[in-house]
Amino acid sequence: MALIGSGVLQGLGVTLRTFIETYPWGKALLGVLRIRTGQGLVTIEYPDVRQQHHERQRIFPFLVYDGAPDNLRCVSCKICEQECPPQCIHINGPAKDEQGRPAKVHGRTYPVTFDINVAICMSCRICVDVCPFDAIEMDNEFELSTEERFGRLVFNKARLLKSNEYFQQIKPTEAAEVDARLAAKAKPSPKPAAPAPAAGPTAAPAA
Amino acid sequence: MSSLDQVFVSAQTALFQLLPEALRPWAGIAVRIGVIAALAPAVMMYLTLFERKVIARMQNRFGPTRVGVYGLMQPLSDGLKMLIKEDIVPRHADRLLHMLAPVTAVAPVILLFAVLPIGRNMVAADLNVGLLYIFAVASVGSFAIFTGGWASRSKFSTLGAMRAVAQLISYEVPGALSVVALIMVTGTLSMVSIVDAQAARWFLFTPWGFVAGVMFFLCGVAECNRTPFDMPEAESELTAGFHTEYSGMKFALWYLAEFLEAFLVCGFTVTLFLGGWQGPAVPFWLLATLLAVIVGMAQKLPLPVRAVGVLVLAAAGLLWRADPIPSWLWFTAKTYALFFVLVWFRGTFPRLRADQLMGLAWKFFLPMALLNIFAAGVWVSYPFPMGTIASVLLLAAGAWGLVRINQPASSHAPRTYVLAD
Ligand code: SF4
Ligand code: SF4
Repeated sequence: MALIGSGVLQGLGVTLRTFIETYPWGKALLGVLRIRTGQGLVTIEYPDVRQQHHERQRIFPFLVYDGAPDNLRCVSCKICEQECPPQCIHINGPAKDEQGRPAKVHGRTYPVTFDINVAICMSCRICVDVCPFDAIEMDNEFELSTEERFGRLVFNKARLLKSNEYFQQIKPTEAAEVDARLAAKAKPSPKPAAPAPAAGPTAAPAA
Repeated sequence: MSSLDQVFVSAQTALFQLLPEALRPWAGIAVRIGVIAALAPAVMMYLTLFERKVIARMQNRFGPTRVGVYGLMQPLSDGLKMLIKEDIVPRHADRLLHMLAPVTAVAPVILLFAVLPIGRNMVAADLNVGLLYIFAVASVGSFAIFTGGWASRSKFSTLGAMRAVAQLISYEVPGALSVVALIMVTGTLSMVSIVDAQAARWFLFTPWGFVAGVMFFLCGVAECNRTPFDMPEAESELTAGFHTEYSGMKFALWYLAEFLEAFLVCGFTVTLFLGGWQGPAVPFWLLATLLAVIVGMAQKLPLPVRAVGVLVLAAAGLLWRADPIPSWLWFTAKTYALFFVLVWFRGTFPRLRADQLMGLAWKFFLPMALLNIFAAGVWVSYPFPMGTIASVLLLAAGAWGLVRINQPASSHAPRTYVLAD
């Protein structure tokens, strides 16, 4: 039979060791005593220190543009709006000209408004998966809180637009895949009358 | 220059010289009340910070760091938050009792400070029945808890209050019995005389004193509802137990009572078993130098604060270089060390089950306390080697036997589970 209370003392030992090893002097002391240490302090003091986020982290979608913000990839097909499980995407579009024909910029139709409600989005990435034009991607920016309940929680088109360079920067692997896919798509098709042929991902299917 | 040990006492005497003769006794009372009333909340506030810091370190965290350097302003901001919170009383609660309960919880705890000797000649009232007074006044706390829980008219509160009363009453018995040995040996109930009796040897270092001290401390932990004996407010089962329905300042009062009680348990254990304010005669300048180095190396403090701190400490060390570490500092250090043990328990142990809790009090502590009285008798009546050996053997055999008797019969047998079909 073990000594009475030895388990209790063992438990106390573990917590004491954890306590001591969070201090530099304690770590040194435990090193001298040849006591195995754990991981020590694990807290990342957030506003001062930032954690290195994983590339695959996904928080909230954004719209990708190439070059200039008016050259967005989204053609306002509304697939994402329909597929989004909590229905937080609201698209007005595609934009029409005076005669009621679809207006085109850079050879593509575009949404008039594109709103996503950040309070409803559940970060599921389904919108990204269903978009046929790789126009929407997941961002890893997480400081989305605001002091206003109404208005500021719905992100509009201007707020959602971010450049492809930004995408390449936050998610290099995924961006490289998307770029390769778009390049492959753009090549075989005969060029339509597009002002920006290098960034004409929608050319083949749209025509 | 008066000695460092008596610096507060002589300051008081000097101050009283300015008063007319007739006023002095009243001034003495006023000063004592004032010091306790001012010190108690301040002690409590920083105990919360201390606890949060230590427990955080035990869980690989930092604890509060954002309000002030090292989170030192955290208690103030907590207090402010509590003050401006809405005070909610449940609709069917007994409004009067609901309000009175936290007050009746705090009052006895503050009364207990009166008999706590925090230094040589530094005790508010040296009652000759001090020990009796402690148990009498401390037991009022269980009324407060039950009143609060019952008046809230909530099932969680009532359950918590019932558990609290069962637990407090159970643990008062072995707690009181464990000091009987002490009274037997010292022949006094006065806290000051008990401290004086430990001048040569702290009672913790006698066989009966060790057992009584550990038991007294654990019973105290149980009486202030701290982990692992926090059944009355088991947050995973009863949301918050007896103070579920309290908010705002009333809730803060419950916390004040609880922390002060925990502090007092440490303080009384120190007084009764750890030599009170007695301590080895280490020169004061050593401590002052050490503190100066620590303050000087505290990187997060602003530079002027560090400079002033180091200078003040160095000056104090130089001024009182001949003095040993003062008695009140010994007492504070020991009490806080014991409070660290409390927090350490909280960081280590899960909550006991109700039956385990009661079993510990009635099946182990109570017989052990009775046996301890006998052991103390043996220790007193036989001279050194014989008495000590006999009482050690007695206590060890008793503890071993009690553990054997109380062991559940089937604890090592493999369990079989029968599924209902
Ligand atoms: S991530 Fe999911 S929830 Fe959010 S917008 Fe896309 S589809 Fe909707
Ligand atoms: S983001 Fe993609 S799926 Fe959604 S409307 Fe634009 S093109 Fe269509």
